[in-house]
Amino acid sequence: MSNVFEYAPAPESRSIVEIKPSYGLFIGGEFVDGGGASFKTVNPATEEVLAEVAEGSSEDVDRAVKAARRAYDKVWSKLSGAERAKYLYRIARIIQERSRELAVLESIDNGKPIKESRDVDVPLVAAYFFYYAGWADKLEYAGFGTTPLGVAGQVIPWNFPLLMLAWKIAPALACGNTVVLKPAETTPLTALLFAEICQQADLPPGVVNIVTGAGATGQALVEHEGIDKVAFTGSTAVGKAIARSVAGTRKRVTLELGGKAANIVFDDAPIDQAVEGIVNGIFFNQGHVCCAGSRLLVQESVAEDVLERLKRRMATLRVGDPLDKNTDVGAINSAAQLARIRELSSVGEAEGAEAWSAPCDLPSTGFWFAPTVFTGVTQAHRIAREEIFGPVLSVLTFRTPAEAVEKANNTPFGLSAGVWTDKGSRILKIADKLRAGVVWANTFNKFDPTSPFGGYKESGYGREGGRHGLEAYLR
Amino acid sequence: MTATYPARGADLDGLVADVTRSDATLRRFLHGLPGVDQVGAEARAAALGTRSIKTTAKAFALDLAIRMVDLTTLEGQDTPGKVRALAAKAMRPDPADPTCPSVAAVCVYPDMVADVKQVLGDSGVHIAAVATAFPSGRAAMDIKLADTRDAVEAGADEIDMVIDRGAFLSGRYLQVFEEIAAVREACARPDGTSAHLKVIFETGELQTYDNVRRVSWLAMLAGAHFIKTSTGKVQPAATLPVTLVMLEAVRDFREATGRMVGVKPAGGIRTAKDAVKYLVTVNEVAGQDWLDPDWFRFGASTLLNDLLMQRTKMTTGRYSGPDYFTLD
Repeated sequence: MSNVFEYAPAPESRSIVEIKPSYGLFIGGEFVDGGGASFKTVNPATEEVLAEVAEGSSEDVDRAVKAARRAYDKVWSKLSGAERAKYLYRIARIIQERSRELAVLESIDNGKPIKESRDVDVPLVAAYFFYYAGWADKLEYAGFGTTPLGVAGQVIPWNFPLLMLAWKIAPALACGNTVVLKPAETTPLTALLFAEICQQADLPPGVVNIVTGAGATGQALVEHEGIDKVAFTGSTAVGKAIARSVAGTRKRVTLELGGKAANIVFDDAPIDQAVEGIVNGIFFNQGHVCCAGSRLLVQESVAEDVLERLKRRMATLRVGDPLDKNTDVGAINSAAQLARIRELSSVGEAEGAEAWSAPCDLPSTGFWFAPTVFTGVTQAHRIAREEIFGPVLSVLTFRTPAEAVEKANNTPFGLSAGVWTDKGSRILKIADKLRAGVVWANTFNKFDPTSPFGGYKESGYGREGGRHGLEAYLR
Repeated sequence: MTATYPARGADLDGLVADVTRSDATLRRFLHGLPGVDQVGAEARAAALGTRSIKTTAKAFALDLAIRMVDLTTLEGQDTPGKVRALAAKAMRPDPADPTCPSVAAVCVYPDMVADVKQVLGDSGVHIAAVATAFPSGRAAMDIKLADTRDAVEAGADEIDMVIDRGAFLSGRYLQVFEEIAAVREACARPDGTSAHLKVIFETGELQTYDNVRRVSWLAMLAGAHFIKTSTGKVQPAATLPVTLVMLEAVRDFREATGRMVGVKPAGGIRTAKDAVKYLVTVNEVAGQDWLDPDWFRFGASTLLNDLLMQRTKMTTGRYSGPDYFTLD
């Protein structure tokens, strides 16, 4: 049905950011050519090639680790916490000053809507740098020692390219470590713009090194003998491989892996806000969120009402051009990810669950998937057990609080969960029983630098954020 | 307790008879409605406020907003001359541009209705009168009803009544229900037609969103044609989250009973930018059926001039100054 109030296109200008035809690696404070091949990064909304990016070889990784070691030995480990903090504060301020540029580039390279990169990702990135800058001269009060580990090898995913960079780099630097970071192969551009910001902030050469590339580059980095610490965010399969490769070495490891979070709606919940929370839980960032609320557990007495409200709300989601300021759901990050989402969705239908997709016109080029909800899902369905990492919600019902907890915990993952009820005592009781690193009450997907984040079971180990996040970078 | 709305397709008369049997049944019904999470409701309103409405969409929204204005003056110092000038402006808000639509209504005190009527004639612009001891609602019931009849007799098309906030806040819901129902009856004209009834809650005094949801359902059950946020005499007046909760209420009420009720935020909406945020909220929460002056109004005075200035900017490409629009 056409609407009398059609919103005209409101595109954010992309002229604010300059994308170079090709990028090298950022090693020792300079952009250098890689020794190996290169790869293309594309705009997932249009399939347009954005730039050629160097694919770091094992020699490149070695150069980067050596540069980081030099910077650690000669400069960074010798600076006082207060001096390190000055650099971090400076980086945070430059991120704020260049926030529009970063947001536009993030949306172009990743496919996420500009309203999210502008209002969520980039402000949080600055906030994490500000927060950890504050810790740099107060480490002795944190309770984890004050000695840095040395050189950290960090591998981050494509769903929040800049935010995951901030989660990794800010605490590492605050604690006195130097880093070699590998961004994901589909989203390297904002990390390279961040490298420019490091130059602009006069960060001593080698403290931050960015080596772009795919899986092999990441493997070369985590297996390099010169690093003291591995920090990884990504899939559980790769996380397991990393855990195997570092077993028996002196390297410390933190892993933040997949999830299949339960979002539990009780019959006394504030229903309209719960519906917003369900939408935000699974369609925020196209569902490319490790802590996404991908399993909706709704109490059976309100299930029908909640589902009708959810579908009506989903019909108002605006799917399309990530740079349009009114877009709610952007592009799927890559062809490979789109194939994975399609595969699991068809498995869901084959297994007998009923699919409903929001009516929306998808662009003809680029990678797109309409927001979808599966009903009639049971714990035995693959779409209730495996991480889809896309805008696909599986709905299950429950009768009693005990059943809700049992279903919520019946998963190999344990990254996050949500509880919706107007009853405060129930929030506390249920949260206590959920085996998940983060439990949101009457909200979902809220992040704050002061709050630790991390998983139970196959969702990984170690915590990022907050005071707890310092532990991973100190001894 | 399970928080629920009445089942879809509920029989309205049956529902009303059922829940208004006693104060206890009415209380059970109103307190059985799902709660409103304050943080979530405010976050949703703020998110809707970030919509970027440009070019053709903005032109549409500005004209619609003008058509939805209840141009209001409710001052002790109002004169017949002032309300006549306001009525003239209501019919032709922008004398320099005949394509500019007229507003929905002129809203005045009951003693000014006759003066307004003389100017408006059969222009199609409605006359709204505040009644029932506006703005405090502190008077005996027979005085409130007389106040209402007086305004209807003088020619008011719409009556904006205030509820007894003291009764509502102390939990005497049935009293509030009966007052609204009685005023609605007092809106009847001898020829069998009836003035439309808008029920003002003064949400600034009711404080919580849970109360806003309950009073919305209470007024709709009692027969309100419109539910309205505020008198404009108490701060805060209309806010976007309060209006959001009321829009959810009219949407859910129509779904349950089939009857459609209008919404009128009043007071504190001063800029075209704010008005557009309200229209976005109407569109995405209640739906496009409410994007019509019959179902959504702005109670405002200064808002109109900003809408006119923005409209002139859209049509001429230049900003003009306040000196080019009439002050009222």
